Amino acid sequence: MANSDSSTDPSISYDDDPSRRDVILIGAAAFAAIGGAAVLWPLLDQMNPDASTLSLASIDVDLAPVEEGQAITVMWRGKPIFIRHRTAQEIKDAEEVKLDQLIDPLARNANLADTAPATDANRAAPDKEPWLVMIGICTHLGCIPKGQAIADYKGEFGGWFCPCHGSQYDTAGRVRIGPAPENMYIPPYAFSSDTKIKIG
Amino acid sequence: MAHESTYTPSTGIGRWIDTRLPVPRLMHDQFGVFPMPRNVNYLWTFGAILSFMLAVQIVTGIVLAMHYQPTVDGAFDSVEKIMRDVNWGWLLRYAHAVGASMFFFAAFIHTFRGLYYGSYKAPREILWMLGVLILFLMIATAFMGYSLVWGQMSFWAVTVITNLFSSLDSLVPGLGTTLVQWIWGGFSVGEPTLNRLLALHYLFPFVIVGVVILHIWALHIPGSNNPTGVDVKTKSDTLPFHPYFTIKDGFAIVLFCLLFGVFLFYAPNYLGHSDNYIPANPLQTPPHIVPEWYFLPFYAILRAIPDKLFGVIGLMGAIVVLFFIPWLDTSRIRSVSYRPIFKWFFWLFVICCLVLGYLGSQAPDGWYLFWGRVCTIYYFAFFLIIMPVVGLIERPKRLPGSITESVLGKKTAAPSGGTA
Repeated sequence: MANSDSSTDPSISYDDDPSRRDVILIGAAAFAAIGGAAVLWPLLDQMNPDASTLSLASIDVDLAPVEEGQAITVMWRGKPIFIRHRTAQEIKDAEEVKLDQLIDPLARNANLADTAPATDANRAAPDKEPWLVMIGICTHLGCIPKGQAIADYKGEFGGWFCPCHGSQYDTAGRVRIGPAPENMYIPPYAFSSDTKIKIG
Repeated sequence: MAHESTYTPSTGIGRWIDTRLPVPRLMHDQFGVFPMPRNVNYLWTFGAILSFMLAVQIVTGIVLAMHYQPTVDGAFDSVEKIMRDVNWGWLLRYAHAVGASMFFFAAFIHTFRGLYYGSYKAPREILWMLGVLILFLMIATAFMGYSLVWGQMSFWAVTVITNLFSSLDSLVPGLGTTLVQWIWGGFSVGEPTLNRLLALHYLFPFVIVGVVILHIWALHIPGSNNPTGVDVKTKSDTLPFHPYFTIKDGFAIVLFCLLFGVFLFYAPNYLGHSDNYIPANPLQTPPHIVPEWYFLPFYAILRAIPDKLFGVIGLMGAIVVLFFIPWLDTSRIRSVSYRPIFKWFFWLFVICCLVLGYLGSQAPDGWYLFWGRVCTIYYFAFFLIIMPVVGLIERPKRLPGSITESVLGKKTAAPSGGTA
């Protein structure tokens, strides 16, 4: 960038220094790129669940009317929660399953560590073995499995059967026949009294 | 573009416009005198039919949006209000719903036409890939539009298809769940989901219009392929687009409208599923979730693969593989008519797609599952193994010397002063 005036005005030759110009160009482009990316974030993040969705109140459920062998479904965060009052036979069936027979060996229990094994004790309510509380959504593609109503087909393992793609769950809600890859999830919950639970 | 412009504006206003924004010149060169191979058959009218259907969908869609309410409580009822109360609402909504089926029917024929006559081969690779992109956008648009009805099938289709992304959890724990909640805007399919589906369903058709313009641009560089696959060599191989092909396309659109009309007026719900007339219920999955007919082959592929992540990869791969066939096909011959071995594999592939469509509508167990797997394997083997291998080992039939020769025979192809 030869400038005929550069010999008389040193500031012009300084401005035309190619390396200085490169720094300004690269700096300006980088600044525009970072600025563009920063503007992109609100456009993407607006799609995430907002605070009012995240803070959806927890729910209380009274278990007293649920007889042994019965199951109820309640809604929490727009999802169905299966609560089953299991019979002694159902508990025994679930306990006898060895961990290496399972497709998913993890408990998937939000109240326990992520690595907890999928034993029946880790799936059922703490110290209340008959109660099983879980999110009633098939882990394959999100259908609601059959098995809550008495007359429903419950699959070969007596738990739940997903009508969409044939996944089967046992009486502890563990997947036994695919294509579902994981056991049904257990939401965060606790017993607030002997017959009441608080989910969420 | 592909040929010298022959446009000469005849009026003063014409000359004034021509030096400023030469749209009349563009229309004259590209849709007036544009040289078309003289031997193209009626399969070459589907481009015009598809343009017509895209216009039908956009026009009916815009007016339907004037009456639709994208709320969880209002969506289903507003669709029923369109059907019962809005003036001509039944016609507009049925035309839009049946129109989607007709649009896909034409798109599938158009795609198989390109596949049969090798219209994806050089120099038409980008043209083909833009076409696959349009098909992909059509699939996304149709899926989102179907969800807006907010019936049982709508709701559970959205649930199942958005949950496909959760399969990414098996690659990076939490990634899939995060992505799915981002798509939903909540912890389940709900009102935020419905609103964004409507916004995107309204946007995508205009994106399709943009890609269609690029598709036609890419077509008009080399010009249309033809049933022989032989390049245009002389002027006698072609005819001007107008009036020969404007009339032919127009006639084909009229015939297509007869088919459209039969479904629209006599069996508007034949191609749909009755469960979608039940309002969406997040607590009850329908006993048998099936997509609209045009997605059934892809759905069958998804269900044929027993692993969740690989099932999704198979579903996506069934479309994505189409992007690569200009390079997977090793044959130098375009038209399958001159490929004696590949011809068999091609028609087997067509049958395979039809069988997959049937299997997609059935419960995935027993023999249905078995044949679903066989057809899925053949679907991918056709592109990934048969196309490259057969192209190398096959001895093609002799091609005609020119397009004119294929139409008029060898003698009349070279009229040389009556000495023949």
